[in-house]
Amino acid sequence: MSLHTTLWINGETYALDADPRTTLLDAIRDHFNLTGSKKGCDHGQCGACTMIVNGRRINSCLTLACMHDGDEITTIEGLGQPGAMSALQEAFVRHDGFQCGYCTPGQVCSATAMLEEVSQGWPSHVSEDLEGPAPLSEAEISERMSGNLCRCSAYPGIVNAIRDAAEGGTT
Amino acid sequence: MRAFDYARATSATDATAKAAAGATIIAGGTNLLDLMKLEVMAPEQIVDINRLDMNRIEHTESGGLRIGALVTNSDLAVHPVVRRDYAVLSRALLAGASGQLRNKATTGGNLLQRTRCGYFYDTAMPCNKREPGTGCQARDGFNRILAILGTSEHCIATHPSDMAVAMRALDAEVEIESATGIARTIPLVDLHVLPGETPHIETTLDEGDLITAVILPPPPGGVHRYRKVRDRSSYAFALVSVAAVLRIESGKIASCALAFGGLAPKPWRVAKVEDALTGQEPSPEIFDKAADILLADAKGYGANDFKIPLARRTLKAVLRESVEAAQ
Repeated sequence: MSLHTTLWINGETYALDADPRTTLLDAIRDHFNLTGSKKGCDHGQCGACTMIVNGRRINSCLTLACMHDGDEITTIEGLGQPGAMSALQEAFVRHDGFQCGYCTPGQVCSATAMLEEVSQGWPSHVSEDLEGPAPLSEAEISERMSGNLCRCSAYPGIVNAIRDAAEGGTT
Repeated sequence: MRAFDYARATSATDATAKAAAGATIIAGGTNLLDLMKLEVMAPEQIVDINRLDMNRIEHTESGGLRIGALVTNSDLAVHPVVRRDYAVLSRALLAGASGQLRNKATTGGNLLQRTRCGYFYDTAMPCNKREPGTGCQARDGFNRILAILGTSEHCIATHPSDMAVAMRALDAEVEIESATGIARTIPLVDLHVLPGETPHIETTLDEGDLITAVILPPPPGGVHRYRKVRDRSSYAFALVSVAAVLRIESGKIASCALAFGGLAPKPWRVAKVEDALTGQEPSPEIFDKAADILLADAKGYGANDFKIPLARRTLKAVLRESVEAAQ
């Protein structure tokens, strides 16, 4: 069985004719050659494949491309490019938010959408008050980013980069 | 992953008809696709219900809440009414999975997710749930995360949901549409069944049944707590979890609802535990008595023996904190 699917990726239209088993991640990496998104565990445990779909961060390895016909997708390529990095990408560089870099596209996509969740007032597991403001402490960042693993354990740099970008700073 | 035919449901009726004809329903897919990659599940047909109009949260006439089956775990957790009036449910959802998974996982799918027992996941191992009649090696094997209540000699798997535990404490009901077009509503307690001699049968749903919504009764008031104990502080399944909704009046426990996760094959709630507490002045002794009742029939299988004292301590801690917050 082959299915036709249209995806809007980073503002451009992509057409896919593929077996329904094709995950969103495999479609984007192997069919469209946008290889910034990484396959780590392929089971939703590591977050390396994180993309932003219709404004929400998801594990692209745990969803089928055919389920996303017409959906709007942002990958790491859509967030920034060499010479034109997003503020969060620049903060990752400034704070050494990586070592090998394999998890980084997922970290950056996840953190980008996470900061949007914070701006909408979403609480987290560690928020004291479900209804009140949740200042972006180290504990809040760690909890909200727990779906992204870094085997190099660059977590202190990742947390600092996210906090810096959230505060709009350049320290 | 085994090959399958994919179809997008055009209506709930279409979905139930396809499901009755053998198709497996996919919503968020975060659990189903994981299991399909491992070939623990290998459906030949998939029916995708994501485009159906079942993603709204609405007030019911009786003052409760109707949660569409496709409402994501994120949307449910952050809904203003849920945060304010059903805090135990927000807390349970936020304690589960990761930000990415909560954005995809749905209310209906969360209820129907499968156990994370390692033997169920490993197709090289016998498992009565995956292949009926092959046996259970978890009983004498790696069972740290598995159940101490409601088990049978055929299966000691736990139900992994946090959301369902909070919904159980809230007396939630499940709205179901059948392939014959008949809608029915059942208490959540009647959705999941204990393993007994048929661990592969996990719910009372019939072929073709589609969960369309979860109904919450009017807000219960009181103090809401969800305490989850796990092997790491985020993004892990519960070893023990306790959902509590408790009210204090005149120094006594006026009412309490207590449900437990990580202990049993379904969200666990025991009326006699609540009866032992209701009308009593809170004290360590009465909390111990409640734990005695909860754990009277608990049975460890070696590596999960620790859950029996852990469940007692977690229950007592939650009761102590809830009482303090209520006074």
